[in-house]
Amino acid sequence: MAVKSVIEAVREAITEEMTRDSKVFVMGEDVGVRGGVFLATQGLSEEFGNERIIDAPLAEASIMGIALGAAFRGMRPIPEVQFSDFVWPSVNQLIGEAARTCYGTNGAVQVPMVIRMPYGGGIRGGLFHSQNVETHFFHTPGLKVVAPSTPYDAKGLLKSAIRDNNPVVFLEHKKTYRLVRGEVPEGEYTLPIGKADVKRAGSNVTVVSYGLTLHYCLEAAEELAGEGIDVEVVDLRTLTPLDTETVLESVKKTGKLAVVHEDNITGGVGAEIAALAADQAFEYLDGPVVRICGPDVPTMPFAQTLEDAYMPTADKIAAGLRNLAAY
Amino acid sequence: MPRKRTNSAQANVGSVRTARANGAPVKSPFPKGLKSTDLVDYYTRLVQARSLDERIWALNRQGKVPIAASSQGHEAAELGSLLAAEKDGDCFLFPYYRDLALKVAAGLTPAQTMMSFMGKAGDPYSSGRQFPLQGADLPHNIIQISNVVAAGLTQSVGYALGCRMAGENTVVLVYFGDGASSQGETHEAMNFASIHKLPVIFICENNRYAISTPQSSQMVVEEVASRAAGYGFPGFTVDGMDLISCYEATREAITHARNQGPVLLEMMVDRFMSHTTDDDDRRYRPEGEVERARERDPVVTFGRTLLSQGILTQKKIDQIAAEALKATDEATDIAEASNPPDESVLHDSVYSP
Repeated sequence: MAVKSVIEAVREAITEEMTRDSKVFVMGEDVGVRGGVFLATQGLSEEFGNERIIDAPLAEASIMGIALGAAFRGMRPIPEVQFSDFVWPSVNQLIGEAARTCYGTNGAVQVPMVIRMPYGGGIRGGLFHSQNVETHFFHTPGLKVVAPSTPYDAKGLLKSAIRDNNPVVFLEHKKTYRLVRGEVPEGEYTLPIGKADVKRAGSNVTVVSYGLTLHYCLEAAEELAGEGIDVEVVDLRTLTPLDTETVLESVKKTGKLAVVHEDNITGGVGAEIAALAADQAFEYLDGPVVRICGPDVPTMPFAQTLEDAYMPTADKIAAGLRNLAAY
Repeated sequence: MPRKRTNSAQANVGSVRTARANGAPVKSPFPKGLKSTDLVDYYTRLVQARSLDERIWALNRQGKVPIAASSQGHEAAELGSLLAAEKDGDCFLFPYYRDLALKVAAGLTPAQTMMSFMGKAGDPYSSGRQFPLQGADLPHNIIQISNVVAAGLTQSVGYALGCRMAGENTVVLVYFGDGASSQGETHEAMNFASIHKLPVIFICENNRYAISTPQSSQMVVEEVASRAAGYGFPGFTVDGMDLISCYEATREAITHARNQGPVLLEMMVDRFMSHTTDDDDRRYRPEGEVERARERDPVVTFGRTLLSQGILTQKKIDQIAAEALKATDEATDIAEASNPPDESVLHDSVYSP
């Protein structure tokens, strides 16, 4: 099997789906000849033409609104938000309109649209190129939210997202784009949206994460294995719909749960998973549910010291899991 | 398409259009392609829409309709453009919240209309999930997802883009008020439509009020239509109280849109009622303004035109009014007796299969 990067997997998924279905098209800022600022659409303009790889004016609200309108007509648009930090001008179209379209038309109008967003930090992006935006979409019924951590997952899930008849927010952690490489099989495959993946089996502690920090969890688990602590690492892969079954199964096995994410701790995905465990696995818990998450500051700052202080790292995760295991 | 503008003063219905200076009737004041049956049909729809609109307001005061936005005073603009779209036969509509008459005339039954206003299961737009006549009426080529003003503009442009990608020649008509013309998305929609020469007609029903805020506090230009120049496509101001003027302008705009790209049509209308049933416009409109506007009531003036042309008799006009009232009465009864959505559907259609 060929080893590929996350960005290569994303590009492959888009290319294959655009080849398979003429209704699929990409629209965003600099996605054409430039190939996107992260090169997710490199070469696609040449292959599919500028009518299907559309360079949009720098106006996110219209990128989202126009993609949405095309979806009403049965197209399958993939609007790219250049950085998730720039999604805010378009949030009315996404949260206000797209998420409510199916419900608000009693199912008459579908929104087969994938909103791709490079997100997250650890790349010296400062307040406006590092944002974790997932909670806002996670909180919104009507949207699906996917956040893969590996090239294999990214490709299989993006292909499924493009075939889905709902608005799917597809979050690509920008630090994983080239840093994370992995095996991607040749040829056709898809992965189901809404299914978590146990990336490492273990028996003492469950740690749930997604995106970049999933890899930090795996590093921490490796470190703790040397200390005799057997950590199970659950990769959510999809935030909405949340695979509660896989999370609960793991918690019931280990009795101890930690959640790790880069997004702010308060009201985040971790809070929801803690509530899930409290609600449906209360009798199985042998310790407090621990959250190792981004602090409640607006976004990770630019200065290296402050960015490091913000980020959940393998060391911070290992320390948290060590304490939990000892509880 | 000529770059002329008609201002509301000179395009007064009836007197100017139907008689020569010496008082002799002109041969026909109506454009080619319109038959007298079309005119009677649209007059009938106009009267029915008005009848429902008035009843809905009354039902609100009786506590039977939670909220309503009236289209009284906007009907000529809405039905004139709808007539053009129907004659064309390949148009898709993105109306806004004041388009009651448009949505009714596009094909809803009076009973469906009333069920929508009462939040009943039989509401064809959203089955009682949304404000009245909001959601989608796909059998009549209509989508209006929300009442966040101008949100439908970018969507309509995307719809036109989708139609083009699908190899279709559909022209999209998107409606908005002068209030929505201030939104950033209005600019973004017009800019993108122009870049891609998309067949979109932006129809601004300008009643000179964004709820209570007068046009002078919304913009310094006198005409929203003048903004089209900034996007490199034509803009026209039309007398929105004259159904035939709106029809003609929209027909021309459809041809232009299909062949050359977007058009902005500003239809000057008057809002006869408060913003919604929850508003009281006496707090902000000068005394006598609405009364003066009602002198150009499109229901009256269009009827008068048809009468003066011998297309309708007074007897027929009275009959149309009586039948509309009867249909409104029956629709009210049907809707009141119909079922609200069952609680069990609360969770349905959050996602598409």
